Amino acid sequence: MKRRTFLQAGAAVGGGLLLDFYWAAAPADAATESKAVVLNAYVRLSPDGLVTIVSPNPEVGQGIKTMLPMLIAEELDVDWKDVRIEQALSDPAVYGRQFAGGSVATPLHWDPLRRVGAAGRQMLIAAAAQTWDVAPSDCDASSGVVHHRPSARHLTYGALAARAATLPAPDLKTVVLKNPKDFKIIGTSKRGIDSPLVVTGKPLFGIDITVPGMLYAVFEKCPVFGGKALSANLDAVKALPGVRDAFIVAGGTVFDGLTSGVAILGTTWWAAQKARQSLEVVWDEGPTAWQSTTGFARRALELSQRPPTLKVRSEGDVDAALTASAKVVEAAYSYPFIAHAPLEPQNCTAHFKDGKVEIWAPTQNPDPGRKIVAKTLGLTDADITIHMIRCGGGFGRRLMNDYMVEAAWISKQAGVPVKLLWSREDDMRHDFYRPAGFHFFKAGLDAAGKVQAFRDHFVSFGADGKFANAAVLTPSEFPARFVANLDFAASLMPCGVPTGPLRAPNSNALGFVFQSFIDELSVAAGRDPVQFRLDLLGERRVYENPAGPNGPTPPFDSGRMRDVLALVAEKSGWEKRASLPAGSGMGVAFYYSHFGYFAEVAQVTVSAGNLKIDKVWVAGDIGSQIINPTGAENQVQGAALDGIGEALGQVITIEGGRTVQGNFNDFPLLRIHQAPPVEVHFLVSDHPPTGVGEPALPPVVPALCNAIFAATGKRIRSLPIDPKALA
Amino acid sequence: MHYRIEVNGRQHEIEAEPDMPLLWVLRDLLDLKGTKYGCGVSLCGACTVHLNGAATRSCITPLSSVGSASVTTIEGIGATVVGRKVQDAWLDVDVVQCGYCQAGQIMSAAALLAKTAHPADADIDRAMAGNLCRCATYVRIRKAIKQAAGVGADKAGVAP
Repeated sequence: MKRRTFLQAGAAVGGGLLLDFYWAAAPADAATESKAVVLNAYVRLSPDGLVTIVSPNPEVGQGIKTMLPMLIAEELDVDWKDVRIEQALSDPAVYGRQFAGGSVATPLHWDPLRRVGAAGRQMLIAAAAQTWDVAPSDCDASSGVVHHRPSARHLTYGALAARAATLPAPDLKTVVLKNPKDFKIIGTSKRGIDSPLVVTGKPLFGIDITVPGMLYAVFEKCPVFGGKALSANLDAVKALPGVRDAFIVAGGTVFDGLTSGVAILGTTWWAAQKARQSLEVVWDEGPTAWQSTTGFARRALELSQRPPTLKVRSEGDVDAALTASAKVVEAAYSYPFIAHAPLEPQNCTAHFKDGKVEIWAPTQNPDPGRKIVAKTLGLTDADITIHMIRCGGGFGRRLMNDYMVEAAWISKQAGVPVKLLWSREDDMRHDFYRPAGFHFFKAGLDAAGKVQAFRDHFVSFGADGKFANAAVLTPSEFPARFVANLDFAASLMPCGVPTGPLRAPNSNALGFVFQSFIDELSVAAGRDPVQFRLDLLGERRVYENPAGPNGPTPPFDSGRMRDVLALVAEKSGWEKRASLPAGSGMGVAFYYSHFGYFAEVAQVTVSAGNLKIDKVWVAGDIGSQIINPTGAENQVQGAALDGIGEALGQVITIEGGRTVQGNFNDFPLLRIHQAPPVEVHFLVSDHPPTGVGEPALPPVVPALCNAIFAATGKRIRSLPIDPKALA
Repeated sequence: MHYRIEVNGRQHEIEAEPDMPLLWVLRDLLDLKGTKYGCGVSLCGACTVHLNGAATRSCITPLSSVGSASVTTIEGIGATVVGRKVQDAWLDVDVVQCGYCQAGQIMSAAALLAKTAHPADADIDRAMAGNLCRCATYVRIRKAIKQAAGVGADKAGVAP
């Protein structure tokens, strides 16, 4: 369809979000009126009144394909039952950055997408007013119908769509948004839009894509990170039943790109996968082969005894304050590498033909994938079409696009469409892991139990004075600014293991160490752990944060944190915890990440060394409006249980530069019998709504560990929780 | 080798190797994509189907072992009363996040309810412990099973 641009409002609305809106060319004659009319890039109206709303962002289970259209539908004022939702193609020129990460979809889209809907509503009212030759101000719209108040006439949106298409579009900045008290869709629970398809087993996921004539591919990469395939018994492999082709991919050295390996193509995935049992590859393992988890731990201990090399934050005089302290507390904390392990292993379908490539990718972040494919295959962005397919979990893994370029390359070299699917073991052993980390804390309390000095020497990964990906400690980490004498500093170890963001990146580990050590301080001070934290937070105040590497960092509001802490204490019955039976205990923690304020309490019972998590209470403040309450609660419960799963058993061990674990036997995910009830409370505050996929995760790990301390007197300073330490 | 298997009440003629797992027969030969691959070694339950009504991990079930058993997959479970109830409860409780594991969860839940109409928590734990949900929707899975069984759950569902 020929379209002209009608609005390019806010080329960079909301910090980088580009919103271009398009207006359909007017229908040339009555015959076209039976066709749907494109209102803008997001909204299509059909004469029968059905509204199709495009969801721009990848769906990874966070519920975005349901939530973003709710914003448009609310202000457009249509009934939710008349809304159909379509997944957008990856097209940054139309939709701006389309990604799932950082819990930023809500803050980025809350205002702009409501304006898209309101603009549509305003145009439909104008079309009706024109039809009746009346003043638009005498007209109202609701539930897909425009009413003329004085004459009690009405016209449906469907009937008005064609005329609306001939009208000038309003300036998005000037459209009038609803008063939140009039919301009919926002704030009501809408179940996942594709759930009826999920529960009946319809093909929805990347792994379900079928392209005519395609072959199935597996890709054997060097078990040692960064290693190269030198040679392989390709002829023997090609002779196996169902195998059509096998070849070495030279690849490069960038992990989020095409790395070296051997591709095998088969008529079924099983045939290709089975052929790997006969595959023999000679690898050049490269320099990472000497790296190991035990080596990292040994080196971290050595570095902890030397002065740190990277200053993060320094205030006051920590040494003098420690000397003057009535009590000094010292503790070493650590956490391991862990994998994302989304249940759908990495996969991608690609069809390279005539210098262009069409890609069906379950990705959280399609456009960087497009750039990698373009660079690696020598194409331009315009040569690459990316269909964003529903992801069977993301958790940050699918922010990377290594599988995408592998599929594109293999399709090009094989000359056929290809569905590449990694095995579970491939997925576990070629991840961008949550990096391990080592924290050496020292703090001093005065005679009244007030924190006078706080030091963290963080031994992390990185090089040239820069932290490795997601291995970061920032200057705004709590309790920075809440303790007068404070030192954050780091020492860095080189790391050949790929690292990357895992749900609540950095925070998922830092929450554990900081909120656990603060718990130790509350014990040393002889104070109630909730009251100790309230005292540490002090008066209600907003602390501005310096811009980070990804732009502005939101401020920290100690009042909002105090409020969720008080709420979770109330809901969990914290004050009555002394009446719990012997062997039971409650632990508390709070954490601020991704604009969200969360405080959580865990209750555990430890008997004969067996840990049972009785219940978790969550209190969160994510602003003035919970857009889709059922989705928000589901995300929070999932995040809390996700954190518990990480703490209970997850560890990735590196030996000889390769990952030891391979499947769910040695990398256990939480199972249903381990999952406690999670009671969720949202505190509605007078702030713009923010995201909820991530911020509920970080506090649950320290809340759990602090509860174990309360129940047993045993302090967990290293993850995963060692069951032997509880006996 | 030539095989004839019954899936969702239909007979299928299949030419495949005897060790080809039922999972890949369903997905790649019969184009029934609802049954999912998660681990390949019976650790995650995403591939759960019914063989003569019993929950079975299709990823470790060789084609040669299926024989004359009646195979039911997520695409067919809605034809049974229990299966339909479970699917409805899953929607009503709004269980799904990413949804990848849910076919397997529903198949395990349907097998449980077909045998134990009113399961206690311990029954649910036993029947569902083999099904991983990476999004950890376990609180709602438990609630949906109870709702489908009509035991001890509140009925306040979620609008479509």
